[in-house]
Amino acid sequence: MFSGLMANTWVAASIVAVIAGVTGFFAVLRGSTFAAHAIPNGAFAGAAGAALLGINVIWGLAVFAVGGALGIGALGRKARHDVVTALTLVLMLGLGALFVSVSSQYAQETYSLLFGEVFGVSRGEVLPIAGLGVAAAAAIALAFRRLMLTSALPEVADARGVSTRRTEMYFLIVMALATSMTIPVVGALLMFSLMIGPAAAARAVTARPGVAMALSVAIALVTVWLSIALSYRTNWPLGFFVGVAGAVFYLLAKVRGLSPSASGTVGNPVTS
Amino acid sequence: MRYLFEPGLLASDPVRIALLIGAVVAVTSGVIGVFTVIRAQSFAGHSLADVATTGGAGAFLAGLNQFWGFLAAGAAAALLMEGIGVQRRRGRDVATGVVLGGALGLAALFLYLGTLKTAATGASFTILFGSIFVVSPGTVPAIVAAGAVALLTTAALSRVLLLSAISPDIAASRGVNVRLVGIVYLVALAVDVSLSAVAIGAVLSTALLIGPAATALRVAKSPGRAMAVAAVTGLAATWLGIVLAYDSYYWPPYGHGWPVSFFVVALVLVGYLLSYARKPRRLVPRSPHEGAECSPA
Repeated sequence: MFSGLMANTWVAASIVAVIAGVTGFFAVLRGSTFAAHAIPNGAFAGAAGAALLGINVIWGLAVFAVGGALGIGALGRKARHDVVTALTLVLMLGLGALFVSVSSQYAQETYSLLFGEVFGVSRGEVLPIAGLGVAAAAAIALAFRRLMLTSALPEVADARGVSTRRTEMYFLIVMALATSMTIPVVGALLMFSLMIGPAAAARAVTARPGVAMALSVAIALVTVWLSIALSYRTNWPLGFFVGVAGAVFYLLAKVRGLSPSASGTVGNPVTS
Repeated sequence: MRYLFEPGLLASDPVRIALLIGAVVAVTSGVIGVFTVIRAQSFAGHSLADVATTGGAGAFLAGLNQFWGFLAAGAAAALLMEGIGVQRRRGRDVATGVVLGGALGLAALFLYLGTLKTAATGASFTILFGSIFVVSPGTVPAIVAAGAVALLTTAALSRVLLLSAISPDIAASRGVNVRLVGIVYLVALAVDVSLSAVAIGAVLSTALLIGPAATALRVAKSPGRAMAVAAVTGLAATWLGIVLAYDSYYWPPYGHGWPVSFFVVALVLVGYLLSYARKPRRLVPRSPHEGAECSPA
């Protein structure tokens, strides 16, 4: 389980878990859950386009992820956010269906892009993921206060001259870049589970942002490690374990959060 | 698949079934979608379709008719989301996301076990993107009946649904059980979304749910008219999409039709963008609770 080839898997998956824990925390806090689902899912369609054109899949993923983030951010000004997110996602997937049907030699790769191919990660794949992990963490750390302010107190942020729109766009693009690089390893659907489950669980336990973020990363790491070990033993897909573990952690946290001692701290402390 | 695309559009049975199923799905989705957009539940609508995929994959594995798998998983997920769901929108989105994440994990397992069993790698693709031309004739009555039930339930509840969407407090003070109405509506939504998941694929059913409704709410003056406009827009997009997909057999690359879902999505989006040509009416408040804050009550 810890042999040479698997070492890359452990390293790559751990980095992905940290990225997912951090970005997921803000996705849950800002109510961007739908965008967190739409961007990786839509990016997957870009991979189909790249396969059709015969270029590196990463480019297709990046173009569609960032394009989707820009579309959601820009159109979100004019219409309601959830409607725009849904329509952007649908547009990307419609194009994906077309690409897949035209190229018609994609079924196996479709599966691995949706559900991941975490075993057999090469050393060459670990380096870009590590670089991206550092970049995403730096991007979040740089804008940490702005992100917190616009998430928790949008009115105060506006009054202080911090643009809520621009911060939202910034966050969506960071999320898009973070997910597009990780999709070939963990898969589009899995990335979403890994972002939302641990972060939602962490937020149900504590309302303090620093603690919640650390907890979110910790739960994501435990989820990934546990899933790799179980997946290695049973040969069942990693996505299954990650998805179910995320939901189980959330339910556990929810049950604990409902107990009288902790109920006062549940939820967003600001909106009442 | 090739024999489906022979000339003589209306003479071919799969095409006639596709037109019928497409009509049922488009009209049901159009009407229910209006409430989905007003109630800001697009994410739930999309997630239920994705979760229905899991049911489809599970039924595929168990060797059952996929339609019942779609339906059962959709309804179960609707109850689960409402069960953990908080009333506030953010909390609801998170609950939706968690249910969706878990269901996608199950889908991964089912598809994996399915490919072990039959070695058919195309299955995951069919379940996700669907194909309206391969609906088995035996499921047609079930699809029509389920669509009618979802449609009638929503129509019967329409006043209560609108009221509880615009102001939950007023609805509650009038003796409406807002929670129960929400659950019934979400189950109706799940049934509708499972239908369109069977017809145009789980992922793309969102297009028929949200697109026509969002378009209609921009151009119509009242919710009733919005429902009518959404149903007609959805129907037009679906039928035109089917005809174009049929014709596309003669387009490059030759000998290979373009997918129906692509055409339907493209047409729905064109309709939505065209609605921007008109001056928007704020029939829907920008946030689901904006109305509540402004209301005199």
